[in-house]
Amino acid sequence: MPTEKLSTITSTCVPLPSENVDTDQIIPARYLKSISRKGFGRNLFRDWRYDNEGKIKKDFVLNDSRYSGSILVAGKNFGTGSSREHAAWAIKDYGFRVVVSSAFADIFCNNALNNGLLALEVTEKFLEDLFERISRDPSTEVRVDLKEQYISVLPVGVPEKFEISPFRKECLLNGYDNVDYLLSIRDKIAEYENFSR
Amino acid sequence: MALTSVTYYSILFNNSNTIKLSKKTIFDKIWDNHVVCTLKGGTDVLYIDRHYIHEVTSPQAFEGLRLRGTGVFRPGRTTATADHNVPTKDQHLPLKDKLGREQLEKLEENCLEHGIMHFGLNTPYNGIVHVIGPELGITRPGMTIVCGDSHTSTHGAFGTIAFGIGTSEVEMVLASQAILQNRPGKMRINVEGIPGEGVTAKDMILHIISKVSTNGASGYFVEFAGSAIENLSMESRMAICNMSIEMGARGGIVAPDEVTFAYMKGRPYAPKGKDWDSALEFWKSLPTDNDAEFDMELFFKAKDVQPMVTWGTNPGMGTEITGKIPLERKIDCGSIASFRKALEYMNFSPGEKLEGKEIDYVFLGSCTNGRMEDFRAFASLVKGRRKSDRVTAWIVPGSKQVEKQCREEGITAILEEAGFEMRQPGCSACLAMNDDKVPEGKYAIATSNRNFEGRQGPGSRTILGSPLTAAAAAITGKLTDPRKI
Ligand code: SF4
Repeated sequence: MPTEKLSTITSTCVPLPSENVDTDQIIPARYLKSISRKGFGRNLFRDWRYDNEGKIKKDFVLNDSRYSGSILVAGKNFGTGSSREHAAWAIKDYGFRVVVSSAFADIFCNNALNNGLLALEVTEKFLEDLFERISRDPSTEVRVDLKEQYISVLPVGVPEKFEISPFRKECLLNGYDNVDYLLSIRDKIAEYENFSR
Repeated sequence: MALTSVTYYSILFNNSNTIKLSKKTIFDKIWDNHVVCTLKGGTDVLYIDRHYIHEVTSPQAFEGLRLRGTGVFRPGRTTATADHNVPTKDQHLPLKDKLGREQLEKLEENCLEHGIMHFGLNTPYNGIVHVIGPELGITRPGMTIVCGDSHTSTHGAFGTIAFGIGTSEVEMVLASQAILQNRPGKMRINVEGIPGEGVTAKDMILHIISKVSTNGASGYFVEFAGSAIENLSMESRMAICNMSIEMGARGGIVAPDEVTFAYMKGRPYAPKGKDWDSALEFWKSLPTDNDAEFDMELFFKAKDVQPMVTWGTNPGMGTEITGKIPLERKIDCGSIASFRKALEYMNFSPGEKLEGKEIDYVFLGSCTNGRMEDFRAFASLVKGRRKSDRVTAWIVPGSKQVEKQCREEGITAILEEAGFEMRQPGCSACLAMNDDKVPEGKYAIATSNRNFEGRQGPGSRTILGSPLTAAAAAITGKLTDPRKI
C-alpha cells in the first residue's frame, strides 16, 4: 500500500544516545503477538518506558516532557538484532518519521524505508554534536530535506549531506510501494524463470 | 492500488548473469544468477528460490496481499512451520495464550488458502524453521533463501545466499517471488588449524564476534573459509553461519563440499536419481574461484579459540570462560557508556572472573544449537552425573525429527536419568514468546544466539555459551570450564 510521502521535516528531536539499541529493546518479543500492523507504538521501548508493574520509568527519554518531536536521534548501530518489522512499525506508530544515527543494522534500515520511515545516516561527529545541542537545549530544531539530501540543526547549523540510494529516495518522496512495483513486473519475473531454470 | 507509480522505475540492466567476470566468489556466482533486473542506483530485483515463513512475521504480509486483491505467485517455493510462540509442553492441547493461538490459526488458514506446504504443530516435520529446512533437504546449495527471521543466515552453511527479511519483504516474495536488494560488500573470514579439545563451533563464532564486534561486519556478506571450517560438520557450519548476523553481517556462507553432499543425500526433499547427479554437478561449480577478490579479509587461528561465554548484553561482549570481564580501559566492544550499562544490567563488575558465577537457568536449544550434535554433546557431559538442584533446565530439541532421534539414540534416557526433562520443539527461551521465560534478575546460560536485555524475559540475564559449557553449568550450578569435567 502506498505510504505517506516524505520530503522535508522540521522538528524537535528525541535523543537516545545508547549504542547498539537492539530490536528486543525497541519492541520486546512478547508484544509481537498480533496479526495486524497497527498499535505497536504503545509498546515501543516497553521495558525502558515501564517497569515490571507497568509503572512509568521517569528517567527514560520518552517519559521526559522536555523532549518531543518526529525525529528520533539514536546512538550508533541502531536496530541491531532481529528482523521484526514490528520495530519499524512501532517507531512510526509512535509518531516518528525520521531516525537519525551514525549506523543502522541492515535489516532494520530496509524495514524502516519500506514503511516510509527515513533511516538517516550521519557521521559520528555530526551525531555527537547533535546530541550535545539537544541536551543543552531540548527545543533545538532539526531540518531534514530528503530531496536535497541534507540535514541541519536550526537556526545556524552547517547542513550535512547524507546518502540514500536513488531508488529508495524516489520511493519515499512519492510514497511508492515496492509490492505494487514487483506485482507489475511479474511477467518479467516469469520470463526470468523460463530463461534461467 | 497505485499502479501508476510503478512505471516510473527505470530498469538499467536485464539478467546481469550474462555479465561474466573471470574470477568470482561463491556469493557473486549465486547473486548474479538471481538478478532479474537492476534498477537505477543499483538496486537489484533478486529472484528468491526458497521462502520460509512462520506464524509471527507472516500474517501481516498475507493481509497485505488480500487488501491488494492478489494471490501468492509461486506457492510451491514457500514452506511454513509453527515455531516462534509454541509451548514446549502439551503441544497436543490448544494453546492457552489467545494471541499466540490466533497467530498459529492464521498461519494454517493462510497456507491452506494459498496452497503452501505447512509443517504445523504435532506434525512429524515440525520444528524451528532453520532446523527443519536443512534437515528435510529443502535448503540446497546455490539457492537464494529468505525468511522473516534474521537467523535465516543459518542456511548459508549449504552454500546459499540466505538472509532475514522484514514483513514487507515477505509480502514482496509472496507477491512476486522476488525482492529488491542492494548488493552487500564481500568479506572472507578464514579460520585455519585445529581447535583444542572441548572447543565447539559455537566457541569459534563467539570468539570471532568478540573480536569483530557486534556491528563489525555491517554491510557485508561473509564467506567462512579455511581448514578449520572445512573440517566442521554441517551442523557446526550451521551454528557458525547462524551467528554471522550477530556481527552485523547480512549473512554467512560456506562453500559446499563432500561434507555438504553427504549430509544432503537421502534427505526427504533432496533431489534423487538423475536430478541428484545434475544437482551435484551444479553444486560443485559454486565454490569461490582462486584469486577472486574480497572487499575485506580477516584471519583467525583455531588454536586460539577457547570455550567462550558472554558477560554483557550483546553477543560481541564475550570472552574465554577462564577469562575475566575486561577493565574499562581495555574494552574494544563499544563505548564506556554501553559497557557500564551492560555490566549494570548483568550485575557484574569490570575485571571479575567468570568461572564460578552461579547459574539459575540452562537453555539447550534454538536454531543455533538445537540439533543432534548439540544434544549428543550435552548428553556426553551429563551422562552419569546429576543436574544441579539450583538449576532449572529447558532442554528443547530444534525439531520433531531431533526429538525422535534423541529418543532412538538413547539421549533422552541419559538426560532423564541425570534429572533433565526433554521438552517439545520450538524457539522457546531463545526469544521467550511462550511460557519459557527467565525471571527478572536470574542468570541463564543459553545455547541460543542473543543475550540482549530482556531477550529471555523482562529483566533476564543471559550468558551465551556452547552446549558443552551449558552442560557443565547445569551439573555444577556455576559457570564451569567444560574441559574440567
Ligand atoms: S530459535 Fe531463536 S533465533 Fe532461531 S528462529 Fe527461533 S527465535 Fe529466531
